Amino acid sequence: MAMIDEPLYPIAVLIDELKNEDIQLRLNSIRRLSTIARALGEERTRKELIPFLSENNDDDDEVLLAMAEELGVFIPYVGGVEYAHVLLPPLETLCTVEETCVRDKAVESLCRIGAQMKENDLVDWFIPLVKRLAAGEWFTARVSSCGLFHIAYPSAPEMLKTELRSIYSQLCQDDMPMVRRSAASNLGKFAATVEPTHLKTDIMSIFEDLTQDDQDSVRLLAVEGCAALGKLLEPQDCVAHILPVIVNFSQDKSWRVRYMVANQLYELCEAVGPEPTRTDLVPAYVRLLRDNEAEVRIAAAGKVTKFCRILNPQLAIQHILPCVKELSSDSSQHVRSALASVIMGMAPVLGKDATIEQLLPIFLSLLKDEFPDVRLNIISKLDQVNQVIGIDLLSQSLLPAIVELAEDRHWRVRLAIIEYIPLLASQLGVGFFDDKLGALCMQWLEDKVYSIRDAAANNLKRLAEEFGPDWAMQHIIPQVLEMINNPHYLYRMTILHAISLLAPVMGSEITCSKLLPVVINSSKDRVPNIKFNVAKVLQSLIPIVDQSVVEQTIRPCLVELSEDPDVDVRFFASQALQTSDQVMMSS
Amino acid sequence: MNGGGDAEVASPAGPPQSLEWKFSQVFGERTAGEEVQEVDIISAIEFDKTGDHLATGDRGGRVVLFERTDTRHHGFRRDLERMDNPISRHPEFRYKTEFQSHEPEFDYLKSLEIEEKINKIRWCQTANSALFLLSTNDKTIKFWKVQEKKVKKICEMNVDPSRVGNGNVASSSVTAGVKPYLANGVCPERSYNYLSNDFAFSPGGIPSLHLPVVVASHETSLVAKCRRIYAHAHDYHINSISNNSDGETFISADDLRINLWNLEISNQSFNIVDVKPANMEDLTEVITSAEFHPTHCNMLAYSSSKGSIRLIDLRQSALCDNHTKLFEEQEAPGSRSFFTEIIASISDIKFGKNGRYILSRDYMTLKLWDINMDAGPVATFQVHEYLRPKLCDLYENDSIFDKFECCLSGDGLRVATGSYSNLFRVFGVMSGSTEASTLEASKNPMRRQVQTPSRPSRSLSSLTRVVRRDSPGVDTNGNAFDFTTKLLHLAWHPTENSIACAAANSLYMYYA
Repeated sequence: MAMIDEPLYPIAVLIDELKNEDIQLRLNSIRRLSTIARALGEERTRKELIPFLSENNDDDDEVLLAMAEELGVFIPYVGGVEYAHVLLPPLETLCTVEETCVRDKAVESLCRIGAQMKENDLVDWFIPLVKRLAAGEWFTARVSSCGLFHIAYPSAPEMLKTELRSIYSQLCQDDMPMVRRSAASNLGKFAATVEPTHLKTDIMSIFEDLTQDDQDSVRLLAVEGCAALGKLLEPQDCVAHILPVIVNFSQDKSWRVRYMVANQLYELCEAVGPEPTRTDLVPAYVRLLRDNEAEVRIAAAGKVTKFCRILNPQLAIQHILPCVKELSSDSSQHVRSALASVIMGMAPVLGKDATIEQLLPIFLSLLKDEFPDVRLNIISKLDQVNQVIGIDLLSQSLLPAIVELAEDRHWRVRLAIIEYIPLLASQLGVGFFDDKLGALCMQWLEDKVYSIRDAAANNLKRLAEEFGPDWAMQHIIPQVLEMINNPHYLYRMTILHAISLLAPVMGSEITCSKLLPVVINSSKDRVPNIKFNVAKVLQSLIPIVDQSVVEQTIRPCLVELSEDPDVDVRFFASQALQTSDQVMMSS
Repeated sequence: MNGGGDAEVASPAGPPQSLEWKFSQVFGERTAGEEVQEVDIISAIEFDKTGDHLATGDRGGRVVLFERTDTRHHGFRRDLERMDNPISRHPEFRYKTEFQSHEPEFDYLKSLEIEEKINKIRWCQTANSALFLLSTNDKTIKFWKVQEKKVKKICEMNVDPSRVGNGNVASSSVTAGVKPYLANGVCPERSYNYLSNDFAFSPGGIPSLHLPVVVASHETSLVAKCRRIYAHAHDYHINSISNNSDGETFISADDLRINLWNLEISNQSFNIVDVKPANMEDLTEVITSAEFHPTHCNMLAYSSSKGSIRLIDLRQSALCDNHTKLFEEQEAPGSRSFFTEIIASISDIKFGKNGRYILSRDYMTLKLWDINMDAGPVATFQVHEYLRPKLCDLYENDSIFDKFECCLSGDGLRVATGSYSNLFRVFGVMSGSTEASTLEASKNPMRRQVQTPSRPSRSLSSLTRVVRRDSPGVDTNGNAFDFTTKLLHLAWHPTENSIACAAANSLYMYYA
């Protein structure tokens, strides 16, 4: 047993705890692996620490995950890039464990290390590792290998490249669907490193196999590859090889595959060019917008704006808009909701005339939707439509929709609409707001649900910021202060909260003349909760008002409260007094 | 065995010989007079895909694993020897490990007790040397990893553990975690400051420090760890779980709904079947069992209390309320009685290995369905026809609601299911086969064997004869039955003719 010098003691404990029984301590040590490495020095890190880690790989998954992450940035501690290969063995073992997140992290770290390694080191160390994993007995190793090819391939000599391509194609035909899925999802990355000549032959045939896999879960991932591959290919090759596949996929038996197509289709438009888009992709997309399965329509509807941005307006109006009209009265509320969240974005694409003629009726019908989410989604994107047609055309339908949402049965809906009020206010302007919405804002302060009252107070503050103190003085402050006489203490508390939020916006003068007296008055309230909230509000007012006001008004009130029979009131009052002391000292 | 069958032997797939079942092993055998503890009663049995492992679950929430002992080490030579030797070795298992999978719980919102009883166990894909399985009680599904770990000893620490006061170790352990809070904001651990990054280590490292030495012994210990818990997705009792062939998803079914899960994601599931009517008074049918197709990842079947099996295609729609195929037997006119609906309820369904056939068990029969033929079952086997006159008694003591499981042999040639008096029955399914054995879950399974001379299905002459007439529980027809000893759970080895069945707390294994 070596005797350890006193200064080394903590690092010694840290090293020992790599093998502690408590998983938390082991995790600690692993997370500070770089400290341990620096204490041991580069050479001993290479010769002792890394082999030690390779051997002790049957730890809990949490520890292994941390180890995989740490090793990814370990190159400096083993002596730089030329020694990077010593980090490969422990990560190789981590690539074979059962837990997916550990494997993924190990692959990520290997990629990070591989990207820094010298070309001949990659050939000597990294590529053999990839080949070993790809030939692994258990599927876990083979799954991991798929994510490493794009690092290994570029520096491989010609012979090895051929071999790597054929190994990858074997992985795509593996017995285990997990391996095929991994190969499918990494195909795009790998393909990006492969030379164009092989891309057209080898990679495309791999891709074709994957697109015909009998497991839905594999075909799904092949769809994702379509867009990635499409971008790598020349447009004419893309039209020849990818386009038929995606058109096929858009009519796949499995709704999950069609769902993926609906999500990805717009990305392919650029790769194939305008003409095939018009002849093939638009019809495919229109089919998806009219799919039998609601989930597919949801995905398609959610991409309608992105798709239209790529098309010329003429095509959009001619082909897409009729579908959009149908979707706005879809039987599934989720489809309508997805449409409502993006449809506002179509206004700039279509231009003013088409928007007024065609889109406006759709907006209006969605604004009257029976499902609150749909209405909310329209309202949340109001600024986009304002830029095209102005709010006037909408405002008449807008108001009933807002009022209805403001009084919705579900408090979460009310909460959502409150959050849009400042946006609406800025879009609609002061005049419209005063008439119609002002009363609503006050009404929320007396909502039965705390979260709504809280949001309402915040809303008042944001309105005051938007329209300025003068406006607030006229339209907010009198109404708010009136409510301090509400018989229920919870509502009085809301008002106190609103005052504390409004004060910084209103400035010192209005605070002293209007707000402060109300607060001071409330300190005589019979409910202790109000009294200690008064103390808290007063504390927040101290930095806003003049020193003299603090001395003459706030402190006497706090002193009185600090002698209150209630312990909580005394506590918050004395806290506020302390703050005022500090402010005085600093000034 | 029978002339009709032999005549067709020209084709190599003629009806196989009736199997001669022999006792192989028993685990947890009861000694005479020993009372069975409720918690020890086995409630689930499942072989893994290779047949090298067997898992049982019990009412006490425990899962017990067994491993096969007779294979594994045999090499090529052993195979050759075996071919010369007509007496083939049969699967033999030994106790591997056990763990507590579920504990009794209480749902405070609904004021309901949740039993710890294991309803189903399903094996998942093995990876490396670790075994994975899903187990479920009425509400919660758990994903278990069982792994062998080498017992290791740590020696040569830097710091002599005996020299270190407890206080010191404890305080060093909090350094990277939560710092002890002190009023003056200074960390009390002086040494902690040394660990901050500005502490300069000499570039050569500190020679006096060394890594702990780990000495691995040859001993191993099995560790079961719960990797994931899939909870709060079922309002009703879970009756089945089933893995998908894609290796990443599984389903769980309760009385009214079927949910689809990803094995990696425990906080969300997708509802794929929902038979709950808007008004619960309109409820006429519940889901009793559900299983994925063994190879087609998009197909699954579920059975109902009305005796129908529905095949659904996950590709068609996200919510599969419309079935692709419906398998139902038209009831014979005039045969309707008070019990017709009750005994029609299917208690279990299983796909055959290649996915072409579905076996279903209702109270009185086993039915084999071809998924290409929805007009009716291809074969029906009477399990305990002698009980038909007693349905009234069975209704009164609730036995009529017992849920018997069924299973198919790996080659799909035979089917088996349980009955009362710890009996189970094995039938040959090949056309022309007359195999219909009755076996008792005891050390002498053939004691009660009955050979019915003709094909049991749709046959009037299929009267069950009885061997033992001196049994105390014999009824007027000479049939013995004891409905307190029922054999509900059994499983057929995936590759060999070997059956594991549960009689109360005992696990019996037979081979042929």
